[in-house]
Amino acid sequence: MKNPAIKLAVLMLVLFSFAAAGCAKKDKTDSKDKKSVTIKGSDTMVHLMSTLAEAFMKKHPEVQVSVTGGGSGTGIAALINGTTDICASSRDMQQKEKDQAKEKNINAVEKTIAYDGIAIVVHPDNPLKDVTMEQLKKIYTGAYKNWKELGGPDQPITVLSRESNSGTYVFFQEHVLNKENFAPTVKLMPASSSIVQSISADKWSIGYVGLGYTKEGNIKVVPVKKDDSSPAVTPTHNTVLDKSYGIARPLYLYFNGEPANNNKLLLDFATSPDGQKIVEETGYITLK
Amino acid sequence: MNKQRLKAKIIKYFLQSCGSLSIIIVLLIFLFLFKEAFPFIGSPGIGELFHNIWNPVSFQKEEFGLYPLITGSILVTILATVIAIPFGIIGAVYISEVASAKEREFLKAFIEILAGIPSVVLGFFGLVVIAPLIKQLFDLNTGLTALTGAVLLAFMAIPTIMSISEDAIKSVPSAYKEASLALGASKLETIWKVVVPAALSGIVASVMLGMGRVVGETMTVMMVTGNAPVISMNPFTSVRTMTATIAAEMGEVTIGSHHYMALFWVGIVLMLMTFILNLISYRVLKKYGMIDK
Repeated sequence: MKNPAIKLAVLMLVLFSFAAAGCAKKDKTDSKDKKSVTIKGSDTMVHLMSTLAEAFMKKHPEVQVSVTGGGSGTGIAALINGTTDICASSRDMQQKEKDQAKEKNINAVEKTIAYDGIAIVVHPDNPLKDVTMEQLKKIYTGAYKNWKELGGPDQPITVLSRESNSGTYVFFQEHVLNKENFAPTVKLMPASSSIVQSISADKWSIGYVGLGYTKEGNIKVVPVKKDDSSPAVTPTHNTVLDKSYGIARPLYLYFNGEPANNNKLLLDFATSPDGQKIVEETGYITLK
Repeated sequence: MNKQRLKAKIIKYFLQSCGSLSIIIVLLIFLFLFKEAFPFIGSPGIGELFHNIWNPVSFQKEEFGLYPLITGSILVTILATVIAIPFGIIGAVYISEVASAKEREFLKAFIEILAGIPSVVLGFFGLVVIAPLIKQLFDLNTGLTALTGAVLLAFMAIPTIMSISEDAIKSVPSAYKEASLALGASKLETIWKVVVPAALSGIVASVMLGMGRVVGETMTVMMVTGNAPVISMNPFTSVRTMTATIAAEMGEVTIGSHHYMALFWVGIVLMLMTFILNLISYRVLKKYGMIDK
């Protein structure tokens, strides 16, 4: 009596999984026929990429471009897993990611489309005039806990960071913290806009965001000094390009193999004068 | 006659297979979780999970201590339940016993809307409105605290608690009320000493369901609790819950890495927690005679 029930259940399960597999396969071929390009990755670049995609689709209406964020790590994982055509990333691929890509026969090709300075931001009422790289490291590793250690008022520092899936997080950890760990008390925010929102509301907080986010909300960009004796540098077009601003990085697109067809069209558009104009308009730094 | 028996048999087998299918699916999910998490025992070692530091992305040493995530989830859940219970139950009593028919329709519609707010919208509302409010109210230096998350989660639990409690209160036989009123008890006495105790099992069940909702909620907590993996039972500190950790980190991990397996262990612990919660509510319901046996 129990036997037929189980048999039936197994049968249903098998049928169900076949149906699911069938659907998944069909979707994939469909999307290729439609000449669609998917871009996945960096949250820092989401606004830039979607603006680029819109302008691109006006020029090439036959191509459908879809852009999703989720963080550079997410995008790179998606490229490795073959679930995206292009990965937008605000950091280099790490060695272990390159190895994984090789294992799965993905040949990741890197193209720079813009530059970005990572701005250190605080509330406008914060008297902080500038900050050295060493001080930033101490704030984020938890050595400094109070603004008075930076010459400010006696107020605890609320330290904000991006989530660990963010390229900005990894870049910051590598270049500002010199690969040391973030303190566990650092608050991890799911998006750059959450950092901007929180800083606008919390007077004694500090955070870092891509330059494109510095025009939003009620925040102030703090100039950064390489060390005590160097000048304080504000992240701008010139200081990022001539590398005098310490926390700057390239923004990449990763492809599987040399870009061809639609991927190439999109890359060419991004690096063309029209595309670079969008780079500038969305707050990032052009290639030249 | 024979035809009818056959029909009954078919229906019986159909129902049976539906039931078994869901059991099989649950078992497969269990199996999958353990299959993905299992290699962790060999390579970094299961002992890695029993630590106080969660730091999965590091250039030095990756750490996968689960304690801060577990305490974070427990703290947020308890706070949210404590906030939601009085509102949920008193609201249910009001709707079912005190409100006029028109009021009842109006209130119920609003509760339904509250239940239907997408969690990301609630999270954004929390980030922009509730967090600064809590910061100001308690004179904190940041509003991104366990309490902020709990307040928003209470919003999500209240509709569940209210609507199920209301059903329970409504199903109390009116003879109880009439008897109580006939003995000279006031309306308030009748409600609190007769109706509510008689509906207690349903109310407890509603609270348990509300807690289930709270434990599993992800988006809102991710946005407003600050996500700092520190061990704390202080409502005014930032915490990181298990759900937020899985949601925030699952996207970036490469399949098969230590971090990936550690996240599956987080999932297993989360599942065990909800399992225990269900077990407790089952016991409570049994004690009050809601379940036969």
